[in-house]
Amino acid sequence: MQHSSMTRNFSMIPVLAVLGLVTLPLVVMYAFLVIDSFSNAPATSLIPSEFTLEHWRFLYDFSLVGNVWIATKNSLILAFTMVVTTLVLSSTGGYAMSRLNLPFRRFFLASVLVMHAFPAVTLLIGTFLVLNFTGLYNSMIGVILVKGTLMLPFGIWIMKGFYDAVPWEIEMAGVQDGASRFTVWRRLVLPQVKPGLVALGVFAFLDGWGEYLLPRILAPGADFEVLSVFLQDAAIPDAADYNFNIFKSVGIFYTLPVLILFVVFQNRLMNIFGGGTKG
Amino acid sequence: MQLTLDKFTKSFGDTEVIADMDLTVRDGEMLALLGPSGCGKSTTLFAIAGIHRVSGGRILFGDRDVSDLPSQKRNVGVVFQNYALYPHMSVAENIAFPLEVAGQDRATIKREVQAIAELVHIEKLLNRKPAELSGGQQQRVALARAIVRKPAVLLLDEPLANLDAKLRLEMRSEIRRIQQETGITAILVTHDQVEAMSMCDRVAIMNEGEILQIDSPTEMYRAPVSRFVAGFLGNPPITFVEGVTDGRGDVDLSGLKLPLPARLEALPAGRAVTLGIRPEHFGVARGLPVPGVVRFVEPQGRETLFDVALDNGAVLRSIQPVRQDLSVGDAVRFNLDTEAMLVFAETGARL
Repeated sequence: MQHSSMTRNFSMIPVLAVLGLVTLPLVVMYAFLVIDSFSNAPATSLIPSEFTLEHWRFLYDFSLVGNVWIATKNSLILAFTMVVTTLVLSSTGGYAMSRLNLPFRRFFLASVLVMHAFPAVTLLIGTFLVLNFTGLYNSMIGVILVKGTLMLPFGIWIMKGFYDAVPWEIEMAGVQDGASRFTVWRRLVLPQVKPGLVALGVFAFLDGWGEYLLPRILAPGADFEVLSVFLQDAAIPDAADYNFNIFKSVGIFYTLPVLILFVVFQNRLMNIFGGGTKG
Repeated sequence: MQLTLDKFTKSFGDTEVIADMDLTVRDGEMLALLGPSGCGKSTTLFAIAGIHRVSGGRILFGDRDVSDLPSQKRNVGVVFQNYALYPHMSVAENIAFPLEVAGQDRATIKREVQAIAELVHIEKLLNRKPAELSGGQQQRVALARAIVRKPAVLLLDEPLANLDAKLRLEMRSEIRRIQQETGITAILVTHDQVEAMSMCDRVAIMNEGEILQIDSPTEMYRAPVSRFVAGFLGNPPITFVEGVTDGRGDVDLSGLKLPLPARLEALPAGRAVTLGIRPEHFGVARGLPVPGVVRFVEPQGRETLFDVALDNGAVLRSIQPVRQDLSVGDAVRFNLDTEAMLVFAETGARL
């Protein structure tokens, strides 16, 4: 409805043309990424000469760049624990920040915001020392804890925004109806912030999946290698067995979940910036 | 169930909003808490609901002191101004929620929901979501949810404020019908005197955290205790004119003399009083003719409202059955029913 009335008044063609022009380099790069991973081209030529699946050998031939499945498993563990911890702690923490009359609430809110604004890199040395001291250095748990901690301020603030948009009266009505505060939260309030939870969950997954710095530095052991680190290791240009097309294939393999998630959830991700509007 | 507020006090921080308020709502009665915004009527309502803690005094349901009970254990039904329906649940689920929380079995819940839906006439809407209902229908659902548990008291917080004029009229009588059919004790909070007077057995008029008068609507309209109460009730409102008694049974309105009602003829001279004249008592068949000039004519369909400027500059309102023989600027002599005039002392109390 809205769409058709817009095209009637304004032609979309100029907008599409400009957007298309700006996006073109990206499209070309992605296209060649995909094409190159499935083909061979003669040296010095860009045009592929034959179709092949040999660049995808890394999926079963671990002698090429290492075992990709262990890295995938590690990445999935990191991403999913990120989703779970972020959702559980943000949905409860955000509610507390939005609704409960906590002591030092304003201080909490402000410090959470400061945490969010803090560049993770500057914390690395301190985090390293803490992990080393607690014996969590070079372990998945350590990476999860640190990554989760850095993710939470964002999650709590986002969820607080969504909770703020839920009318107080709904909770009062629930309490009057005889429900406990917990039941009210779980059965009446939580469903109202579902768009926020979905968006935050996807965001947490993408963030965990894409994390490179923390696992690289805090868990350098081969057992805890995640896909981003694996990808980097697959691309040491000086190595004798360096194969650029295999690197591209690993790259696609690594990007694929992100693309799928984004295509499926793009509308819901935008919810985060709407701050609680129901969609 | 009878509801009693015994020396109820509520303060927020250092500000005392309500001090030592006593109020009894009889079993099965519908009482209106009427007052301007900020008078403490909603605070009182929320204290009864248990949303606000009482700072002092007691709240009794029957003989049971509920002052320290949390909302969940008070069994109070509340209809909020914006209805507060649960948007993700269907109408049936909304109404069933209080029963579910109370742990009733499925068959009972289904039966109760059906019965209450029939009572409030929404049995055809049970599968809809709140967003798919009109304002009046949402109001009915909110009412059904509030009474499905058979609460000790039903509280209505400005329930008609969000409805358009026609629906408001309809829901006014509907709410009253449902209240009377269920025999539930109810408190209506409103700033609209028409709602309060038309829906309730008794009206408690509040100002600045204090109940000024509790009476039946007719009695309160006829015999308000103070100038504030008189000014709050009545549409079009009462007009006040200031004057001084002359000790001979008249009030001197600087340039105009009006006789006091017979019962007050003996007032001593030199007392500053305020006369309250309702529009229906000016322009009547019998009374004291008062000359004036029509300043404003407002046709209201069945009636016509006139603003008449008297010789001394005071403006009185007159409401009369429709007449088209007068227009602005005409000199008139309307009869004033001086016996029906309300007389207030300087303190605001009625004499």
